[in-house]
Amino acid sequence: MRGATHVKWAVCAVSVALAATACGGSSSGGDGAGIVRSSWGDPQNPIEPANTNEVQGGKVLDMVFRGLKRYDPKTGEAENMVAEKIDTTDQQNFTVTLKSGWTFSNGEKVTAKSFVDAWNYGAHVDNKQNNSPFFANIEGYDQVHPESGKATAKTMSGLVVKDARTFTVKLNEKFSTWPETLGYQAFVPLPQSFFEDHEGWLKKPVGNGPYTVESYTKGSSMKLRAWDGYKGPDKAQNGGVDLVVYTDNNTAYTDLMAGNLDLVDDVPAKQLKNVKADLGDRYINQPALIFQSVVFPMYDDRWNKPGMEKVRKGLSMAINREEITQQIYQGTRTPATDWTSPALREKGGYQEGLCGDACTYDPKRAKKLIEEGGGLPGGKVQFTSNVDTGSHRDWLDAVCNSINNALGKGAVCTVNPVGTFADFKNQMAGYKMTGPFRSGWQADYPLIQNFLQPLYATGGSSNYGKFENKEFDRLISEANKESDQAAAVAKFQDAEKILADQMPAIPLWYQNGSAGWSDLVSDVQLNQFSVPVYDQIKVS
Amino acid sequence: MGRYVIRRLLQMIPVFIGSTFLIFVMVYALGDPVAALFGDKAPDPATAARIRHELYLDQPLWKQYLHYMGQIFRGDFGTAFNGQKVTELLAGAYPVTLRLTLVAVVIELLVGITLGVVSGLRRGRSVDTSVLVLTLIVISVPTFVSGYVLQFLFGVKWDLIRPTVSPDAPFSELILPGVVLALVSLAYVTRLTRTSIAENVRADYVRTAVAKGLPRRRIITRHLLRNSLIPVVTFIGTDIGALMGGAIVTEKIFNIHGVGYQIYQGILRNNAPTVVGFVTILVIVFLLANLLVDLLYAVLDPRIRYA
Repeated sequence: MRGATHVKWAVCAVSVALAATACGGSSSGGDGAGIVRSSWGDPQNPIEPANTNEVQGGKVLDMVFRGLKRYDPKTGEAENMVAEKIDTTDQQNFTVTLKSGWTFSNGEKVTAKSFVDAWNYGAHVDNKQNNSPFFANIEGYDQVHPESGKATAKTMSGLVVKDARTFTVKLNEKFSTWPETLGYQAFVPLPQSFFEDHEGWLKKPVGNGPYTVESYTKGSSMKLRAWDGYKGPDKAQNGGVDLVVYTDNNTAYTDLMAGNLDLVDDVPAKQLKNVKADLGDRYINQPALIFQSVVFPMYDDRWNKPGMEKVRKGLSMAINREEITQQIYQGTRTPATDWTSPALREKGGYQEGLCGDACTYDPKRAKKLIEEGGGLPGGKVQFTSNVDTGSHRDWLDAVCNSINNALGKGAVCTVNPVGTFADFKNQMAGYKMTGPFRSGWQADYPLIQNFLQPLYATGGSSNYGKFENKEFDRLISEANKESDQAAAVAKFQDAEKILADQMPAIPLWYQNGSAGWSDLVSDVQLNQFSVPVYDQIKVS
Repeated sequence: MGRYVIRRLLQMIPVFIGSTFLIFVMVYALGDPVAALFGDKAPDPATAARIRHELYLDQPLWKQYLHYMGQIFRGDFGTAFNGQKVTELLAGAYPVTLRLTLVAVVIELLVGITLGVVSGLRRGRSVDTSVLVLTLIVISVPTFVSGYVLQFLFGVKWDLIRPTVSPDAPFSELILPGVVLALVSLAYVTRLTRTSIAENVRADYVRTAVAKGLPRRRIITRHLLRNSLIPVVTFIGTDIGALMGGAIVTEKIFNIHGVGYQIYQGILRNNAPTVVGFVTILVIVFLLANLLVDLLYAVLDPRIRYA
């Protein structure tokens, strides 16, 4: 019976290995009529308003919350939502009055305190919220969020609750378009349950928007249902939304083809050629508030010495944007001719052609300009970018080919690929670049200020190239003080012209948002942040 | 036998410690993950410093490792950046991948061994040649090609199955992904079995069995196959580990939230707890699978004994 004992021991060892397999999940099929099934990506951070800074978590916040203002998906204008009015006389002290009748889906009233508590929470350094810099222009931010060391206050002195429906805000300095920034998701109100049972809230977020979270399985799916008690003007037109996490956008697209999914908001580059044949007019491709550029390390003397502005401009003119956006992106990127985005519209500050000749492909003049400026530093240029997503490697190679062809001196332009975004980000934030590097910018709100100040003003929060220009800073500061919107936009554009002259960052293209949907749903549109406007989708 | 198993299990401890340390160092070498959490924006220094402190990233490497190991022994594998406990991720992903692996291995064994036996017994005939050509084709087609093609044909064109796997990943939905995953190994199993059978068919014990007048069926299953399976079992043993960790392509194509996908996410986000946790369990699976293979040798061939 030796054989039997062998088997016994073998079985023993297997059972150790298989002990983990015994667990299974209960299955839940598709239920209810009028549910939109939509693709999703796993949000990087826990879903909470002041900690979510990417589109996937943003989708949920956009359904579950309504803030003081909301950007109209078509025009991009900030319209009052929970706010009845936001008054100011000096562009620095604001009085916010709320509409009555707003409640959270758990029955709690939305009051001035709901906002002030939420903002104080978002700003406080102990809470480690990604979006805390959004509160930086409120007075008292330095005390709750010092650059180093412990916070010396629990709340910001600039926020004062007057009564249930009124609170006042005092800013550090004049900022005329501040109310327009309040459509951003970090500024939404929070119910008391968020503070009392934070863990529980994160498992099942509760807000004041048209949808409630029915169930949330982290990493795989979220079921949202239309909230019957919602009193706002934009009640959900469907029964609910099921967000399903996909490992890959190609897989999501296949599921859309097979009829298992209703909406894909990120059509994979590989499928762009087929999308017309597959979906016909059930596909949109429209500008979003995303601007792609390459930034020069102005902290490196080789790129910043006098005369180099000609070289920088020359490089810009050597890039054939038209061909690259068509060949690599199938028209889902638009060649850039300024430093903003067409999604801003002209009223908001977008001006086609502001960059002028410097952004027009002209290989002969490019070569001449680079030679006039003293040539490339060391005769070479190397572009750096992460290459793990977004076809970055493809367009970088194309840009280099374009430059090499224009200069005709062989392979002087090369690509320095970085494996992960995290690594690339560290090099960028550590100011360790020795040549131009990729910079993508998704605006937080549809304001021209957001495309310029954080990126190019001295000390700007995302000024990775350390561009410094006194005249630029002066114009931005003046524009922020301007109470008239048109005058403010004109000042911002004047500042932008300095960029055209100095070329600290080469505009490449504006990125579009795209979405495809099944024949079961209609009225699909994308907002400026390339997030589908879920509450307007109708299910047949 | 019992002592042998215990000794092997004890040997796993230093391997476990060594491999966790190596993986920890490798993920550490990928760099600081905190800046990437802020997306396109520059990280806010105060917030970034707090997060680093919380994750023990402001400590030297050896302290980080000791802290991590201390946590593991208390059953805490750390947290992914989206706030999910790694133990939760493990509990979600491993059963799914194990089911997928099981489907793949069963297919490999059934189809691979059958084909191998058939072609091994008819060496040089047309059946043998066509199986040989078939396996050659299967080996040379990369997984992502067979995956996308089969998914498109069965899931979209003919609409026979759901092209993607739902979060619960029941066995019924894992059959096609299992086939795709099994394809390449299946070809190896077929060839290994064929060679082994072809060799052993001329062995003395087979001739003896034939001379005894045993039925052909019994000769093949009890005598020939049992003795020919040793190389196949060795291959399957190592393959289990490879299938579990290396199913990333298949998992991506069929939307399976398994081990490969979680490790990939962990690497992209530089999340050390996720990667180290998953790979550590993988190492254990490898070790157990190898132990199992060694024990199976004794079952298959009574001449092999462990003391």
